[in-house]
Amino acid sequence: MAADPPIEVRGLVKTYGQIVAVDHVDLTVDAGDVYGYLGPNGAGKTTSLRMMLGLIRPTAGHVRLFGRDPLLGVAALEGVAGFVEAPQFYPYMSGRRNLELLAAYDGHGAGGRVDEALATVELSGRAGDRVGGYSHGMRQRLGIAGALLRAPKLLLLDEPATGLDPAGMRDMRVLIRRLADEGMTVLLSSHLLPEVEELCNRVAIVRSGKIVYEGAIAELKRGAGAVYRLSSTDDERALSVCRAQRGLGEVRVEHGYICFTADAAAAAELSQALVEAGALITMLSPETVTLEDLFFSLTEGDGRTSGSVGGSSDGAMPTAMSS
Amino acid sequence: MNPGVATVYRWELRKLRYQKRTYLGLGLAVIVPIIFVAAVSFRNHGPHDVAFGDYVDRSGLAVPLVILLFGAIWMFPLIAALVAGDIVASEDHNGTLKTILTRSLDRGQIFTGKALAAATYAIVAIVLKSGFNPLQSLSGTIVSAPKGLELVFVSLLVYLIPILAIVCIGLLLSTITHNSAAAVVGTLMFSLIIQLIAILPGLGGAQPYLLSTQFNAWQGLLRTPTDWDPIIRAAWVCALYGLPALGAAYLVFLRRDVAGG
Repeated sequence: MAADPPIEVRGLVKTYGQIVAVDHVDLTVDAGDVYGYLGPNGAGKTTSLRMMLGLIRPTAGHVRLFGRDPLLGVAALEGVAGFVEAPQFYPYMSGRRNLELLAAYDGHGAGGRVDEALATVELSGRAGDRVGGYSHGMRQRLGIAGALLRAPKLLLLDEPATGLDPAGMRDMRVLIRRLADEGMTVLLSSHLLPEVEELCNRVAIVRSGKIVYEGAIAELKRGAGAVYRLSSTDDERALSVCRAQRGLGEVRVEHGYICFTADAAAAAELSQALVEAGALITMLSPETVTLEDLFFSLTEGDGRTSGSVGGSSDGAMPTAMSS
Repeated sequence: MNPGVATVYRWELRKLRYQKRTYLGLGLAVIVPIIFVAAVSFRNHGPHDVAFGDYVDRSGLAVPLVILLFGAIWMFPLIAALVAGDIVASEDHNGTLKTILTRSLDRGQIFTGKALAAATYAIVAIVLKSGFNPLQSLSGTIVSAPKGLELVFVSLLVYLIPILAIVCIGLLLSTITHNSAAAVVGTLMFSLIIQLIAILPGLGGAQPYLLSTQFNAWQGLLRTPTDWDPIIRAAWVCALYGLPALGAAYLVFLRRDVAGG
């Protein structure tokens, strides 16, 4: 029998009066995943994480961590660590003293890991200072150190890089990458797309409490199909050729370009058809679909994974192709 | 070593040692008797309108007993409320509750450790205020009478009964309000309102069952023969006030959503 996955969430709902904060969320995080839980602010990410850690009770549905229910007690959190929102500590105690408290609450030899955890997050030099004097970035790192005391197999991190300066964000990514490489399963909530795209192999994209996509990033991109931009010596004729051409979808004019979705073979056939029709190509460029495009399409658009993406791919550099 | 209630208790006491408010309450407990004794020295006679007031200028051992009378009105409830009202709410407010609830200790263990720490603080404050201080401040007066010391000690124990009921109410308010100031002030207000009810005309029949009355139960010890009735009544009346509050606080803490911070 296969081992229980680190996280299995089924039909999770949390309502506050009339407000549905989390709306029938299903997701599975497998061992070894670096899983991105992606959504705009207020989409219900933190509420979901709180339910995963047993801090709040679901209105309906359930969470299982390695097959255990966090509502039944902290035994379910064995091998699990993390934080929701900004990690918080006792400001009147030093960083080390805070970690010692957490280690005492963890037991199982966690006290012996305090120095190692401080070194991992590069806080050894400031460990004797009161947390009240720490910067936001230092507290985030102390949060990770607090999680590492539990020698977790599963790490849940809520927006770990939010509020950090660019160097802090880079360091945080490097740290998470390293932990993942060491074999830790990580669930990372974020609204920072580059962070998720760089670190995660799988994502759940959440919008207004609902999951609008769950799966591998690579599949999400593949499912979206490539979008091409075209300009020619005779756009009117080119447009009618495109509309008649097999293998092209969603043909439209945007910002003076003809845009459509197609695979590489259909685009090649199109170039021949355009030449034959006398509309010579001045530019035919595939747009690279970024996670950002997909994200905005899913969280602001109609919620479908394909079709309307691509038009706003400002970050992608088109490759000009002339006939 | 696996963590348990003792772990929480130990760390709660350690945390109290780091916080200013701890010393505020304890400082109050120590300073007020000194001011009281100084005032009595200047007047050259004790307050005549309270029990044992006349003895204050004759024996240092009367000081803690007179202070027990004065302290019942607001000071001991305030000192008890300072920590009991804060001990859960401040963690809520600072967001550290979520930090400690995602470790290896059950909510029940954390609550029990906190409740024990809050009770310990109230006990230490009372002992500091009434037991230790007069020996220090009135050295030279009659402090060696073993019977007198025993009386003061037992009086303090009896006095602790209503104080612990106040601690329970403080814990309940701390758990349900999520707000330290509201819980501390609420606990003090509760105590003051109970005192007011006690002096309302027409409530004479209810008097023995009000929490405030139980603050006087220790006086039974000073009668000859010792009057145990008010002490026994204090035990069960205070249990009626304190235990439901403690039980409710425990259940709320066990089940509540930790969504702040």
